[in-house]
Amino acid sequence: MNKSVIELIDIRRDFTVGDETVHALRGVSFSISEGEFVTIMGTSGSGKSTLLNILGCLDTPTGGEYYLDGISVRKMSKSQRAVLRNRKIGFVFQNYNLLAKTTALENVELPLMYNSKIGTSERRERAKQALKAVGLENRMEHKSNQMSGGQMQRVAIARALVNDPAVILADEATGNLDTRTSFEILVLLQQLHAEGRTIIFVTHNPEIARYSCRNIKLTDGHIVEDTLNQNILSAADTLAGLPVEND
Amino acid sequence: MNIGNLSKIALKALLNNKMRAFLTMLGIIIGVASVITMIAIGQGSKMSIRAQISEMGSNIIMIHPGGERRAGVRMDPSEMQTLKIENYETLRNECVFISGISPLVNSSGQLVSGNNNYPSSVSGVGLDYLNIRQLKISDGEMFSASDIQTSAKVCVIGKTIADNLFPDGGDPVGKTIRFNQVPFRVVGVLESKGYNSMGMDQDDIVLAPYTTVMKRLLAVTYLESIFASALSEEMTDLATEEISSILRREHKLKDTDANDFEIRSQQELSQMLNTTTDLMTTLLACIAGISLIVGGIGIMNIMYVSVTERTKEIGLRMSVGAKGSDILAQFLIEAVIISITGGIIGVLTGFGASLGVKFIARWPVFIQPWSVILSFAVCTVTGIFFGWYPAKKAADLDPIDALRYE
Ligand SMILES: Nc1ncnc2c1ncn2[C@@H]1O[C@H](COP(=O)(O)OP(=O)(O)O)[C@@H](O)[C@H]1O
Ligand SMILES: [Mg+2]
Repeated sequence: MNKSVIELIDIRRDFTVGDETVHALRGVSFSISEGEFVTIMGTSGSGKSTLLNILGCLDTPTGGEYYLDGISVRKMSKSQRAVLRNRKIGFVFQNYNLLAKTTALENVELPLMYNSKIGTSERRERAKQALKAVGLENRMEHKSNQMSGGQMQRVAIARALVNDPAVILADEATGNLDTRTSFEILVLLQQLHAEGRTIIFVTHNPEIARYSCRNIKLTDGHIVEDTLNQNILSAADTLAGLPVEND
Repeated sequence: MNIGNLSKIALKALLNNKMRAFLTMLGIIIGVASVITMIAIGQGSKMSIRAQISEMGSNIIMIHPGGERRAGVRMDPSEMQTLKIENYETLRNECVFISGISPLVNSSGQLVSGNNNYPSSVSGVGLDYLNIRQLKISDGEMFSASDIQTSAKVCVIGKTIADNLFPDGGDPVGKTIRFNQVPFRVVGVLESKGYNSMGMDQDDIVLAPYTTVMKRLLAVTYLESIFASALSEEMTDLATEEISSILRREHKLKDTDANDFEIRSQQELSQMLNTTTDLMTTLLACIAGISLIVGGIGIMNIMYVSVTERTKEIGLRMSVGAKGSDILAQFLIEAVIISITGGIIGVLTGFGASLGVKFIARWPVFIQPWSVILSFAVCTVTGIFFGWYPAKKAADLDPIDALRYE
């Protein structure tokens, strides 16, 4: 068994809205090992994003323990968590969240800008490598508003890769894309997985779960299913089988 | 986190949004520039009035015959004849608070030299007159004490007279000119003073010994006025009192009698004018203060809005690992760059506008260093503070709240 990257013990997250308390997560426990490609599924409002934000150290749980790469996150200060995000986590959002009017290269460089251990030339080199890895080597100087949705999401994935994170977290990363582009992104993620990356992919689309190696299903803040996928489909094959658009 | 990267980030953010940066700067530019210009105009008029006074000689004391004048009351001719040469001589010998004293009598008429003539007047003065009025000889020399004793027909002329009587550019010194048929030998030419701030030609002047003018031109025994200069501006009051008491004694006035002469000093005049210009400066400073406040509020608004609208960007930066302190530093650097650049442009604009007022409207201006420092400081501090404060609030947010911000 590979070493565990993520270890959740009875994670709870309550939101207080007015007088009411919303229990978004009601005690979630699981662990994810290095090199796994996990999809977290569930209907809208089941707590997927809340879970992923906690995994990404963007949000703090109301209760429970979270170990990232063996480090207990719960006791960390805000700025320690910022450093943790910077070194160990790559986040991919549904709406890309790129800096406006900024080139692909500069967007990808961003996480490294906040790491003073990395000099200018190394930063540039790593950003180029990451863009190459997502197939955008000839779009480096394009600004975010000069790219298609699929290209922007690739930039976002390159940005998530550039700091060589322990885990890549994607929240509905294909949610804004058409079927074909979604599969292209899935091909890319499978490729990264094959290279040994740990990926957690949140989706409400059960179809996508068939391309990952493990599925966790959330309902109303509980894990109701946690299964290994015996028959992993190849996104590249599916993509090849898609009808070609006539244009 | 190193400051080099943060500066790069801040600079890129500014360049990516030039319009927003420019609008933010605009408030600062207008605030700084208007304060500098207003104060410059206020100070300029004050200085110009001061200059008018001092170009006549700031220590000057003028003694005229006759009592206090009242508008519309014609003076008795005898009252006009109370200043005598003896009075002048007594004052010259007894006064200790004056550095110079000279009689003044004027005779107007026509100056002729060869085919050229020019209407002017001859002023009969003593030797001290040059110092009192701050005049200098540029060619030749001043007439001498013995010229005064002998009522010699010699004169010193100003540049305007020289140019009009000797248009060929010949040296007037040694030449003879006629004034109302009386021949005068030119012994010196005065250094040009140009026009004064009231637009009067200060070079349209002929000086001759007062004895000559009184005996040979006017045939009078009384003086039109006496000019003196106090030892210093501060001693003007002492000198005035001294002159007054000597003249009262000489004129044998009883304690109950009013003065039959009038003494005026430049200091008196300058005090009066200072009050007026101070009022004007205060008024302009108020206007400038208001523009500073309005500018400050403008800076506040745009800084606040621009930081608030960037909350999502702040969230994104935090999600890739920016600490609260990194965010704060970035926005602080942006605010400093904007405020300082705006401040500098504002200072330059203020200088430009002041010069524009000077050369286009022909108003006197003087740029006050303290107005530059004050307006620059107020605007940049406002800009930096209101760039910092909302950024601080944003940096304190949880990353997820900043990201969700709409
Ligand atoms: N910031 C918040 N404040 C209050 N309630 C929230 C907040 N974020 C999420 N919730 C609630 O938590 C539940 C789970 O939300 P979320 O994790 O976004 O679901 P999903 O991503 O699975 O659609 C929902 O009922 C939602 O209303
Ligand atoms: Mg969601």
